[in-house]
Amino acid sequence: MLQIKDLQAGIEGKEILKGINLTIQPGEVHAIMGPNGSGKSTLASVLAGRSDYEVTGGSVEFLGKDLLDLSPEARAGEGLFLAFQYPVEIPGLSTINFMKTAVNEVRKYRGQEALDAAEFLKLMKEKMNLVNIDKNLLTRSLNEGFSGGEKKRNEVFQMAMLEPRLAILDETDSGLDIDAIRIAAAGVNAVRSKENATLVITHYQRLLDYIVPDFVHVLYNGRIVKSGGKELALELEETGYSFLKNEMNIA
Amino acid sequence: MSTINIIKDKARELGTTQADALQPIRSAALASFDKLGVPAVKHEEWKYTRISQLFNQSYKIGTDTVDSKLNWELFRLPEFETANELVFINGVYNAAASTVRSAGLVVLPLEEAAKGEYASIVSKHLGHSAEYLKDGINALNTSFLVGGVFIGVNRSTEIEHPVYIYTINDGRAENVFAQPRTLVHVAANAGVMFVETYGSIGHADHFTNQVMEVVVEQDARIEYYKIQNDHAGASLVSTTHFRQVGKSYVHAVTISLNGAMVRNNLNMVMEAEYCESNMYGLYFTSDSCHVDNHTIVDNAKPHCLSNEYYKGILDGASTGVFNGKIFVRQDAQKINAFQSNKNILLSDTASVYTKPQLEIFADDVKCSHGCTIGRLDEEGLFYLRSRGITEATAKSLLLHSFAVDILEQVKPDAIRVYIDQLISERLGSYYGNAYPI
Ligand SMILES: Nc1ncnc2c1ncn2[C@@H]1O[C@H](COP(=O)(O)OP(=O)(O)O)[C@@H](O)[C@H]1O
Ligand SMILES: [Mg+2]
Repeated sequence: MLQIKDLQAGIEGKEILKGINLTIQPGEVHAIMGPNGSGKSTLASVLAGRSDYEVTGGSVEFLGKDLLDLSPEARAGEGLFLAFQYPVEIPGLSTINFMKTAVNEVRKYRGQEALDAAEFLKLMKEKMNLVNIDKNLLTRSLNEGFSGGEKKRNEVFQMAMLEPRLAILDETDSGLDIDAIRIAAAGVNAVRSKENATLVITHYQRLLDYIVPDFVHVLYNGRIVKSGGKELALELEETGYSFLKNEMNIA
Repeated sequence: MSTINIIKDKARELGTTQADALQPIRSAALASFDKLGVPAVKHEEWKYTRISQLFNQSYKIGTDTVDSKLNWELFRLPEFETANELVFINGVYNAAASTVRSAGLVVLPLEEAAKGEYASIVSKHLGHSAEYLKDGINALNTSFLVGGVFIGVNRSTEIEHPVYIYTINDGRAENVFAQPRTLVHVAANAGVMFVETYGSIGHADHFTNQVMEVVVEQDARIEYYKIQNDHAGASLVSTTHFRQVGKSYVHAVTISLNGAMVRNNLNMVMEAEYCESNMYGLYFTSDSCHVDNHTIVDNAKPHCLSNEYYKGILDGASTGVFNGKIFVRQDAQKINAFQSNKNILLSDTASVYTKPQLEIFADDVKCSHGCTIGRLDEEGLFYLRSRGITEATAKSLLLHSFAVDILEQVKPDAIRVYIDQLISERLGSYYGNAYPI
C-alpha cells in the first residue's frame, strides 16, 4: 500500500533523508528504530505532508496515488494518519469539536454522509472506551496543559476516531508508563486489520512487546541501514546502537 | 464654510435656543473645543487615528428632526421582546421608539434629570470624562448636549431585563454627524446589564461621536457589552467612562467587527477600595477598517483588581491600535492590574500598534502586561490539516479558537451566540467554507 523509493528530503538546505526505500503491504506492521536525530520524525512528517521539509528526490506511492502530490488533508482523506511525537496545543478548541470537524471532513472527502450529532457521540463513546480516555480531557482545549501521557493518549484516540488505512506512530510510547503503553497498544491493535497497516517509530523495544511488528528497520543518518524481523528489535535492545556506528564507519 | 465652522455655528445656535440647565456646560465645552480643536496626528493620543480627516466632508448635524418611521428594528438584538430598548437616532434619544419595562430603571431626558431629584447626581458626574480626555473630541460632544439621556438604576434593584442601546444613523439622504450622550447612575447595591449596538440605514458616511458616563456606587454591579459591526463608511468615537465611586464590579466587553474609523475610549476610574473591573475586547478587521482601543485604568485606592485582555485579528489593509494606560496612585497599595494584548496579522498589508503605559507610584502592587503580534500558527494549521481538515476550515477553526476566550466573557447566552454567529459568518465568508458551530 506504501512504496517509498529513494526518498530524499531536507530542511533549509540541510539534507536529512538520504534515500529511503521502504515498502509496506496491507496487514503489515513495520517498526522503525534508530538513535535520536537519525531522521525518523522527518520521515513521518514528510509522509504526512509537512511543508517545511523539502523533498529533493525519490517518490512515494500510497494506495496507487502519488502521495507527495497531495495536500496534508487529502493524505488524511486517503487514509494516512500520523500520531505526532510532539502534539500541538490549541487553546480554545476542544478535542471534541476538533474531531467532529475532522471526522466529517474526512467523510466528505470519501464521499460519505456527515455524521449527525447522535451518530458522532456514539462513535466517540466507542473510541473513548477503546483507548480509555477521560471525557473531561476531550472537552478541554486541545492538548493545552495535558501531561505528556495525556497528549499521546489523545493521539491514539484521534487515530481510533479516523480509522486510517496506514497509521504512523511517532514515539507514541515516550512519556507513557507501562499501563498506558498497554492501552495505547490495545488501541492500535483494535484497529489493525488485513486491509490496514501500521508504522511504529520507537526508541525502545518495549512497545513492540505489545504491538508485534512483522518487520523492523534501523534508520541511521538518513538511511535505512538494517532491516529484519521482530528479533532485530530484541537484538538492538541488548547491544544498543553503538555497533551501528562502528559498522557504518567500517562501511 | 468648513465643516468645523458649521458645527461650531450649530453649537452656538443651541446656546440661544436651549435655555435649560445644561446650557452652562455646553457653553464651557464649546469654549474648550474652540481652544483645543480637533486633535491632529501629532497629538500623542491620536497618533495612529487621523480623526481630523473625518472633518473634511460635510454632514447633516444630528440634532435636526428625524424620520419617525425609520426602520431601526432591523438592528434589534436577540430576545429584544423582553429587553429594555433605548433608541438613539442621529444621536438623539427617541422616546417613542424606546421601551422601558423594568421596575427600578429610570430613563429621563438629561435636561429634565438636571433639575429634578437627580440634579445633584447630574451636576456631580456629567462631564467628568473631560478630566481624562482632554481633547477637542470629548469637548465637542459636550458642546452639543441635546437629546441625551439619564439612566438611573434604583438602589438595591437587580434590573431583571437587559438594557439594549441602539445607536442608529439615518444615512439614506446625506452624511450624518451624530453625538449621543448618556449618563448612567447605578445606585448602591444595584445590578444592571447593557448591550449596545450600532447601525446605519442607507449608505451615506457617518461620524458618531458618543460619550457615555457611568457612575457605579457601593456594591453595585454592571455588565456592559458593545457590538460594533457597522458599514465601511461609518466612523465612531465611543467614549465610555466608568467611575467606581464605591466598592463595585464592572465587566465590559467590546467587540469590533466593522466600520470605517472606530475609536473606543474606555476608562475605569477606581475611586474606592476593593473595586473590580474587567475589560475585554476583540477586534476582527479587514479591508481598510481601523479600530483603535484606548483604555485607562486609574487606581486611586488600595486593594483593587483590574483585568484587561484584548485580542485582535487583522486582515486586508486594516489597522488595529491598542493603548492601555494603567495609573497606580501613591495610596493605591496592594492593587492587582493585569493587561494583555494579542494580535494575529493575516496579511502583509494589515498593521497593529500596541502600547502598554504603566505609571506606578505605589510600591506594593502587582501589575503585569504583555503584548504579542504574530501570524496564524503554522504548526497548528498542519496539525489540523493532518487530520483531514481542509486548509480553509483549519484557518477558520484556529481563528475562532483564538477568539474564544474573549467570547466566553460575554455572559448572556443569547448575546454570546449572536456575536459568535457574526464571527463565524465572517470566517465562513472569508475562507469560502462555513465554520461548523
Ligand atoms: N525543523 C527543523 N529544522 C532544522 N533541523 C531539523 C528540523 N527538523 C529536524 N531537523 C534535523 O534533522 C535531523 C533529524 O531529526 P529528526 O527527524 O527529528 O530525528 P529523529 O526523529 O530520528 O530523532 C536532526 O539533526 C535534526 O536536528
Ligand atoms: Mg523524532
